[in-house]
Amino acid sequence: MNSGGPDDDERVNPDSGEAAAEFRGGDRAACTVRRVTDLEPLLPAPVRALLDVALVGELTVVDDAGRPITYPLIPLSDGNLVYMTSSVLFSRKLRHIKANPKVCVSLTDPVAVPVEPFHRATIQGDARVVEDELHEGWERLLPLWRAKEPAIDFFLKRRFGIPLFFERSVIEITPHRVLWWEDGRTSDPARVYELAGVS
Amino acid sequence: MAHLDTADALARARAYPHAVLSYVGADGYPVNVAVGFTASVDRATVDLDALGPDLRPVPGQDVELTFSHIRPQPGIGYDERRYVNVWGTVSTQAAGAGHGVQVSVDRASGWDEQDTPFFEYAERGVTAARQYLDDLGARPRMGPWWTFFLATRLPFLTATLIPVGLGGVIAARDGAFHGLWFVLALVAAVAVHLGLNMANDLFDDASGADAANVTPTPFSGGSRVLQYGLVTRRAMLGGCVALYAVAIGIGIALAAERGWGLLAIGAVGLVLSLAYSAPPLRLVHRGLGEPVTALGFGPVMALGTYFACAGRASWQPVLASLPVALLIALVLYVNQVPDRAGDAAAGKRTLIVRWTPAQVQAGYTAGVVAAFACIAAEAAAGVTPLWTLLALAASPLAVRVRRGLRAHYAQPYALMPAMQANIGLHLLTGLLLVAGYTIAVVS
Repeated sequence: MNSGGPDDDERVNPDSGEAAAEFRGGDRAACTVRRVTDLEPLLPAPVRALLDVALVGELTVVDDAGRPITYPLIPLSDGNLVYMTSSVLFSRKLRHIKANPKVCVSLTDPVAVPVEPFHRATIQGDARVVEDELHEGWERLLPLWRAKEPAIDFFLKRRFGIPLFFERSVIEITPHRVLWWEDGRTSDPARVYELAGVS
Repeated sequence: MAHLDTADALARARAYPHAVLSYVGADGYPVNVAVGFTASVDRATVDLDALGPDLRPVPGQDVELTFSHIRPQPGIGYDERRYVNVWGTVSTQAAGAGHGVQVSVDRASGWDEQDTPFFEYAERGVTAARQYLDDLGARPRMGPWWTFFLATRLPFLTATLIPVGLGGVIAARDGAFHGLWFVLALVAAVAVHLGLNMANDLFDDASGADAANVTPTPFSGGSRVLQYGLVTRRAMLGGCVALYAVAIGIGIALAAERGWGLLAIGAVGLVLSLAYSAPPLRLVHRGLGEPVTALGFGPVMALGTYFACAGRASWQPVLASLPVALLIALVLYVNQVPDRAGDAAAGKRTLIVRWTPAQVQAGYTAGVVAAFACIAAEAAAGVTPLWTLLALAASPLAVRVRRGLRAHYAQPYALMPAMQANIGLHLLTGLLLVAGYTIAVVS
């Protein structure tokens, strides 16, 4: 499998990239476009490395009034999509996403994202709430969740005690753009990955 | 997330090493990015450190700042979860690279699990969860066994097993034990206990006491199956009626076979079980839950079982069950401590609601002393076998309960070990009383 790292990306003329031009906050000089194939994960390798260890990421959604609202959640990823789960007990974010699927996930905290050297990333994308099977549909993500929070098995075995907590929706985020700060300093221009080829 | 006063939120925010700035970009996608900051509680502003020039929100723009913390716990996950969200508008933006922006904060929310334990935080979301599920046309699922386990509060059956066991072993001491009648008495007692648990949930749901309780524990706050939507009121009522029907049916059959006096004992038990929480009496609302529980799960059950076996009444099971009657009343008493806010809100004026913490703790001590004094006095007076003094060995558990009550009176989840020890105190004392009688029978 292709490592999919930043050096593997197809560099393009940023002036011709429509998506890059749309991003007011991007550093267009560093813009790259990744194309999805069956062999290559969508997310750049360093971003995948952050997602693999991140205990908490900040999910920002847009509320009914068009304002941002942010939730710290465990980010999970298969290298292509970013997943988060939400109990129906904390369902407001799910309603917001259904009304406006544009979301953003940041990995910002050196404590919650234990990598050396430290990097930061912000992932923008479109989210979909998957809740066909609230009771156990989310369990397909359990191996990823367990890797970060082994104690979840303890609580899952006792789910009868907190039944609504384990009625969960999956937030499935298709990333479109990644902002990347190699040394974590957000005062510097971000490297921007425009992730193309996502249907 | 709960609403926070902005000054409180900004004071809390100062403890975080960085903020996450969020706003909605020109393309409609939210942007969030870590940034250093300086919060001013007095001015209700947050000055942000420098950001990359294309990441700065513009003056007048709505923005949010999130401050989040966890402590990783390798092999477990993490703890110390807390976060603060503040919202406001960008009030100034200095020109040129290297300058930050200032946010005027107008509202805030947040959560700190040290202030609001996770289970309480989750419980506060139940109403919204039910609405969300209703909107989806979905219901939470649970297997039939666990639903039965929860809805009937099955583990509390120890409250029934002890007095029934005492009644049986006293009948054996009198040479009157009969296996079939004992088993039927046991089944009837179990049915009425499980039925009254369901009835209690129905009445507490109707009064709003359980819904108002945001700190339920495995030992308090009801089964929650109605609040969580796991069981409908109709199904709960059906289960309750079915269990009472079983108890009444067995009671009538036993009375016909063993003597109609048993029907009177059963009728007293039935009335007590319903009058406990059913209007118009609602005895638990009047601070009479403890004596009703003591009577029902002490003398009534012990005497009923004895009568079913022996075909006659006796003072022995009544007197011998007094200690466990007191102790089961104390189980209810302590388990009502975490419920007191919800109970008070629903007008359920239990002793715990009526009394100060010091009075409640003194009441517990008095009850325990009375229970163990009763064991000693009855054995000394020859009312019960000397071997029943074995039950005194359970008394150290009461010290643990007393300490827990004193240390964690206002902390429902920290009080759980004390509640568990208190249930263990009743169970162990009861088992040792039964053991004492058994030794007396066989020796």
